[in-house]
Amino acid sequence: MIFVSDTYNSSGNNSGEIADVDPDVPAGPLTLPLDQWHRARGGRMVDFAGYWMPVQFEGIIAEHLWTRENAGFFDVSHMGQLYLSGEDVEAALEAVLPIDLSTLPVGGVRYSLLLNEEGGILDDLMVTRWRTGFYLVVNGATKWDDIGHLREHLPDAVTINHLEDSALFALQGPKAFEALEQLVTGEHPLSALTFMRGGQFKLGGVDAWISRSGYTGEDGFEIAVPAENAAELADLICAQSQVKPIGLGARDSLRLEAGLPLYGHDMTETVDPVSADLLFGVNKRRRNEGCFIGADKVLPLIGAGAPTRRVGLAIEGRMAAREGAKVLSGETEVGTVTSGGFSPSLERPIAMAYVPADLAAPGTPLSIDVRGRKLAASVVPMPFVPHRYHRKGAA
Amino acid sequence: MSRYFTKDHEWIAVEGAEATVGITDYAQSQLGDITFVELPGEGSEVGKGDSASVVDSVKAASDVYAPVSGKVTVANAALEDEPELVNSDPEGEGWLWKMTLSDTAELEGLMDEAAYQAYVAEL
Repeated sequence: MIFVSDTYNSSGNNSGEIADVDPDVPAGPLTLPLDQWHRARGGRMVDFAGYWMPVQFEGIIAEHLWTRENAGFFDVSHMGQLYLSGEDVEAALEAVLPIDLSTLPVGGVRYSLLLNEEGGILDDLMVTRWRTGFYLVVNGATKWDDIGHLREHLPDAVTINHLEDSALFALQGPKAFEALEQLVTGEHPLSALTFMRGGQFKLGGVDAWISRSGYTGEDGFEIAVPAENAAELADLICAQSQVKPIGLGARDSLRLEAGLPLYGHDMTETVDPVSADLLFGVNKRRRNEGCFIGADKVLPLIGAGAPTRRVGLAIEGRMAAREGAKVLSGETEVGTVTSGGFSPSLERPIAMAYVPADLAAPGTPLSIDVRGRKLAASVVPMPFVPHRYHRKGAA
Repeated sequence: MSRYFTKDHEWIAVEGAEATVGITDYAQSQLGDITFVELPGEGSEVGKGDSASVVDSVKAASDVYAPVSGKVTVANAALEDEPELVNSDPEGEGWLWKMTLSDTAELEGLMDEAAYQAYVAEL
């Protein structure tokens, strides 16, 4: 038996190409503020996006189901946290991103895309309006390239601060609110936050920026805290009976069930937002006005439609299809799986793939070649498992 | 009965010319939650080192190689409904297949339990 390298070893095709490599820094994974904390709790550490990260603690399925039923604590400190400020930062950011900042209130969080001139996706990110600027969270494997891209395209009057002294956690699941509520104080109660809204709080007496957002499809929070307090705050959160630490393995299976694409796998710099079914990352006003990087390529696709589409596939049987597996219609190769695996919640294999637009309708029968075996599959709507976000105005 | 181990983390328990094959506790712990096992066809011939079975975990799919050459006599049908037996009892109820050996001399290159434990300790 050979232990096949899996998707946790890297994210994206840019990992390793870190700009401005310091020759005095040893090659190999870097450590994050909770490194010892994870090891002490039995986390199995792997190299992910250039950092040592826990892939699992007690087991991926147990951690996955715990998060769906209780609350899972995720360390995502490898992600890039940036703060953009300066004169006319709002207009400058709109020139780079297809985002409508005019409708984003202070504390509001919005999903956006970093595009190249060809309309390809360089990264996906979250943008939050703070009182004096914008807080961006970008993928770990792409953060150095993102900073370079932003620096190149933003005027000198805009300052980019890379918040490297900040750790980032996610607390996800139906019991995330009850676990966190008793630990925080602030100008407003935690219940004031609805999905995609954030605010400044004290967590265990320490300053924390908390938003109601995440990458699992569940209600939950993302929590930025000073790196020097990361271990004590991780202890505090995980001391709650509803909470267990969760590794990258379950993070991947949870986001797959939620239909959420992973950068470097389900979208890359050769894929446009229309094909990737991420048009919600191109805000309505910007579809009319354009004037963002890549607009010339993306806007025509909105009307005409993209030739290929990212779709969800439900697979018959128990054998999983993974990234790279070919998708067939009859005997003809028509597409490729970009993410796939066994769904712990549904107890069956699921996948995301790119297929021609005329084969993208739910119910379309397809098959997937896995090591010479043809697995029957059909296109299904995503998410595979319904989202349970705490939306404003919802009961 | 003698039990042998491969560097690829299969075990083979031999009694005369009959043997039972599975993956080791170390292997299952590395693979994590096992969700599906593709078993060899009963009656199929396998050569030493051939991929005879595939173990699918939440993380990845891994080939299981035949430790020796021979003919598969029985595949563990219990794994169709309970692949997790390979996690919970990899060297017992989680066995993969039984086979008849075509050349018992092939066992000579394999490790005994003490040698395998020493090998794993170095990994």
